[in-house]
Amino acid sequence: MSWEPIADIAADVQAGKTSATSLVDKALKAIDDHKEFAAIIATTADRAKERAQAIDARVAKGEKVGRLAGVPFIAKDNFLTFGAETTAASNILKCFNAPYQATAIEKLEAEGAICVAKANLDAFAHGSSTENSDYMTTKNPHNPDYVPGGSSGGSAAAVVLGLAPFALGTDTGGSIRLPAAFTGSVGLKPTYGLVSRSGVVAMASSTDVIGPLTTSVEDAALVLDVMAGKDPLDSTTIDRQADYTKLDTSLKGAKIGVIKEYMDGLNPEVKTLITKSIEKLKNQGAVLEEVSLPSLPLALACYYIIVPAEVSSNLSRYDGKHFGFADKTAKDLESSYNQTRSQGFGHEAKRRIMIGTYVLSSGYYDAYYKKAQQLRTKLVQDFAAAFKKYDFLVGPTAPSTAFKIGANINDPLQMYLTDIMTVAVNLAGIPAISIPCGTVNDLPIGLQLMAPQRHDRQLLAIAKTAEGVIDE
Amino acid sequence: MISQEVRDQYTVTIGIECHVQLKTKTKLFSAVGNDAREAPPNTLISHIDLGMPGALPVLNEKALELATRAAFALSTEPERFSQFDRKHYFYPDLPMGYQITQFYNPIIRSGSVTFAVGQQTKTVRIHEAHLEADAGKSTHPAGKDYSLVDLNRAGTPLLEIVSEPDMHSALEAKQYAKELWLLMRYADVSDASLYYGNMRFDVNVSVSKTDELGTRTETKNLNSFRSVEKAIEYETERQIELLEKGQPIVQETRGWDEAKQKTVAMRSKEEAHDYRYMPEPDIPPIELTEDMIKPVRDSMPPMPGEWRTRLVGLGLDVSQTDTLLEAEVESEANYLAIIEASLSEPEKAKAIANWLVNIEIPLRRELETSGGLPADNAMRAKLYEEIYKLVSSDKLSSTKAKSLLTELLSKNKLPADLEAYAQDGGYLQVSDEGAIEKIVAAVLASNPAAAADVKNGEMKAIGFLVGQVMKESKGQANPQLAQQLIKKQLGL
Repeated sequence: MSWEPIADIAADVQAGKTSATSLVDKALKAIDDHKEFAAIIATTADRAKERAQAIDARVAKGEKVGRLAGVPFIAKDNFLTFGAETTAASNILKCFNAPYQATAIEKLEAEGAICVAKANLDAFAHGSSTENSDYMTTKNPHNPDYVPGGSSGGSAAAVVLGLAPFALGTDTGGSIRLPAAFTGSVGLKPTYGLVSRSGVVAMASSTDVIGPLTTSVEDAALVLDVMAGKDPLDSTTIDRQADYTKLDTSLKGAKIGVIKEYMDGLNPEVKTLITKSIEKLKNQGAVLEEVSLPSLPLALACYYIIVPAEVSSNLSRYDGKHFGFADKTAKDLESSYNQTRSQGFGHEAKRRIMIGTYVLSSGYYDAYYKKAQQLRTKLVQDFAAAFKKYDFLVGPTAPSTAFKIGANINDPLQMYLTDIMTVAVNLAGIPAISIPCGTVNDLPIGLQLMAPQRHDRQLLAIAKTAEGVIDE
Repeated sequence: MISQEVRDQYTVTIGIECHVQLKTKTKLFSAVGNDAREAPPNTLISHIDLGMPGALPVLNEKALELATRAAFALSTEPERFSQFDRKHYFYPDLPMGYQITQFYNPIIRSGSVTFAVGQQTKTVRIHEAHLEADAGKSTHPAGKDYSLVDLNRAGTPLLEIVSEPDMHSALEAKQYAKELWLLMRYADVSDASLYYGNMRFDVNVSVSKTDELGTRTETKNLNSFRSVEKAIEYETERQIELLEKGQPIVQETRGWDEAKQKTVAMRSKEEAHDYRYMPEPDIPPIELTEDMIKPVRDSMPPMPGEWRTRLVGLGLDVSQTDTLLEAEVESEANYLAIIEASLSEPEKAKAIANWLVNIEIPLRRELETSGGLPADNAMRAKLYEEIYKLVSSDKLSSTKAKSLLTELLSKNKLPADLEAYAQDGGYLQVSDEGAIEKIVAAVLASNPAAAADVKNGEMKAIGFLVGQVMKESKGQANPQLAQQLIKKQLGL
């Protein structure tokens, strides 16, 4: 199953060459045909069909629908949407019907896009494989014995399986880029604050970003263009650049730093492919040099203090008092908290709540949280220094290809190491993108490109060129 | 009861934390109405107040302006950099599981409050003041196996003002609380209605025989000046009694039992929460610039302290001044604006201030329960102006001025021609010599003994004769003139 470029689909709908209804039907059929990959938690079929009919009626009346007219998409299930429950793949939010929609969803809908389904994820986006979903484990479209990466594994698999032209993911420490790399899709993590977080179940507020998973850079650019910009409902949003779809594609003279810390210790087969891709960029006239960011090796440790701290705080609201699951057998207040949260949260959420609670506790705050914040500042400075010399940075998205389902599930530390090449970007708030750059044993590899904050358009432009030359 | 002698061996030290509800239209972080006074439970809530997944707080800019006003009221400036933090604990009326407050970088970190305690002036330093969102309200119906939560109040903006432990008596603490109340009202930071819980006080009390501070207790949620005073008196006695018996003071949080007039233990330090404070990542740090602060500074009205200086300068005493300053915030009657309009003529300003204190304020308070007086400010300003004109031109005696004012204020009326109205009502003094001459003659004739006494130099008796003239003229005679004429007719 495959889809035309998003801009073409929308143009066809607007021109009456195809209908939104037929596109929605196509997506829903594809979802039904690929159930064995467990990419989807629920469809929003009824609402999607209604919206499609409304859009078709508008087209028939000659109205201009929008830049995403009739384009179906799939949202990771941590986006609050109408039409289906929003669960974040957790038991504690089972049966939660969102009373409002995420700003990103509203913006996409305003341009005529149609959400058809909610994708699986690691519960509350905690994980790198989707195995932490409280409902099901999504399978890698390239080999169902392997994980699709996470936490946006359902979204990435959905796009590769052709269930919809694009899907939305969230990236707190690599959760868009890693599954993009493991499934061979394009995953964009925009600058922190470029897309509103309003209506997205929070994981770690200071690093969470929203971005698209697509099959091409051009599609990613169009989806970002629709979602980007300040939102009065999210005070951390920033001003957008003019037009993310205008991609200046010349690489001539572009200075690109190859991150030494990421190239060292790579799986040799992965390293070969990454090096080959880098050579291809050089052939386009880019200047590539090795660059070292000395604090990078500490990024993962820093991440796994700051993020659990925010996670423990953000998950406090799931207490069974106002919405979501509640254990009604509890005899008193204290036990109602204990029982609801013990049953409602999975192992990984509990692990992160405990780590986060510990590092924020009085007497430990200075030793852990404060220290990690200082390290974060250092990391930001390292990136700033590197971007003084280079327009872009490049490296792999992950140290290896996708691993087998179950391989890391009992070894959280090994699982955390999967994120070793993605978390620094989140701590620094810079944009990054993972694009496919070949396969090892039929499993995809991702090339990761990074740019300074608020240079998302430039990043998309270089990614588009790279995508073109790597494919050759 | 401990003896005064024992009591005197101890120094009591008091610090006060005061929660002031800010006068914003909407809540601190959501666009929902902030006036929960008469609203049915859980009608003023949004997904932000409910702590729904994905809901993000958005700071109400008005709260920043009000905190800035509070800073000026506390004789200081707001911090140019401040930040919100999360304070974590679980309770059903705290939907997010954390309160958004300012722990590491509060918006105010200095200041002072100066007020009178008897004839003395006292200054209490401000340690800090921080913005925070209130929690909801829980009620626990007696005998039921459930509790009720009302989230209308959740997210209401509060400024928590923390004093230094600079107070040493219940009276000082009460006066401090009162002054803080006046400051918040004068600065227009809060409605500061104690009845509606717009201001709540937590008092930290310790006693010690030495220079070292004793173990303190905190009595929370006091909602009247009287309970502040009573709770401190009770705590002082209780702590001294314990120490005298050789027992330790437990550092703990206590509550005030209004019915029993005593403090009761709520939780000890060991049971205290670890709030796990963390910078709030959903709200960018606040950076106030001079451009934002200057218009606020320029719009600050005079504070109570400045008014005290002005009023005392006019010759009012401390009690009259306090009456005026407190009455000013009880109604919309704008007493001070009326006085302020005549400040360039001190005699007039003083006369008006006296009328306000002695006539209008008691009258207004008296009629409060029966519907109250309207506060027709422009009309009343003119009324005082015109009455003063009649008095200063000797047409109206001060006694008659009081009755005339009482009548007109009660009727909420300013006659088109006040002088004619006063004339018709018999309020004006008769300064017509011929008319008074006749009355004097008649009085002297019917009081020969008193007349003789005066003639013989017993000047005390002249008072009696003047009184008779006033009586005969139904109070309208100008008494000075009457006296002159008595002397003249007696050949003195």
